[in-house]
Amino acid sequence: METLVKTLATVEVNAEGYLKNMNEWTPDIAREIAAKENINLTEKHFEVLNWLRAKQTEGVALSMRKLGNSGLVDIKQFYALFPGGPLKISSKIAGIPKPASCI
Amino acid sequence: MQDVLERPVNQVEEKPVNSDKGKLKKVLIICSKGKLEDVYAALVMANGALMEGIEAKMFFTFFGLEAITKKSADHLHTATVGNPAFMPGLPTMVAGLPGFEAFASYMMQKEMDKLDMPHVTEFIQMIEAGGGEIYACKLAAEMFHLKQEDLLDEVKGIITVGDMYALAEGEGTQIIFI
Repeated sequence: METLVKTLATVEVNAEGYLKNMNEWTPDIAREIAAKENINLTEKHFEVLNWLRAKQTEGVALSMRKLGNSGLVDIKQFYALFPGGPLKISSKIAGIPKPASCI
Repeated sequence: MQDVLERPVNQVEEKPVNSDKGKLKKVLIICSKGKLEDVYAALVMANGALMEGIEAKMFFTFFGLEAITKKSADHLHTATVGNPAFMPGLPTMVAGLPGFEAFASYMMQKEMDKLDMPHVTEFIQMIEAGGGEIYACKLAAEMFHLKQEDLLDEVKGIITVGDMYALAEGEGTQIIFI
């Protein structure tokens, strides 16, 4: 259990900081996780986060390539939005499990 | 020297804690082969590094140049002859029949498509978009009579072996040779 101080929410996260239950996610929680990654979330970030959450709910295996083909951002923009490991970091902020993707 | 001797012996010097010590920060992947599976191994590793926030540089040499040459990049083959792991039990003479290698490569690419694996040119675009850098070996390019314009647009330059080692400079770099 980890208490997120700013949002005063208690959400369960795993050892790597990914939410255990994606339904506990709120935009405020996202902002707080993002702050830890030194990312200030914008409208564009939330578009990507919502897309990721929707795909996760559909059961789609997420990959860099799928994001590049999402029509929301190209791969370069994705790296710019979530620097230092975009798929991992965006998934963490989106409250979904760490993607098991090699591509 | 005097400075060191004048310091009290019992004073323990505090060393800065380096929490990043041992962390992989950069990979330099050298691809010297032009077979489909070898090229994909190099591309998957380079792209995978970028996905983890690790810097990635690629250096293509010898037959590896096929992977970054405009006319051949998306038409790489897998070896059906001299490859004992490819369909074990298949007689070499059958594997060597005209068209067999092309057919096998086509089938392999189809399986890769099913796994949502991008084709070579798209993969290279992804790597470049992620901040990866791609270079060609000068000696090999000269040997195969290849010029910058023959290579994919993402290729940053044709460089010497010395330039290649310079790409690997810095703490936490690993060189991977394929």
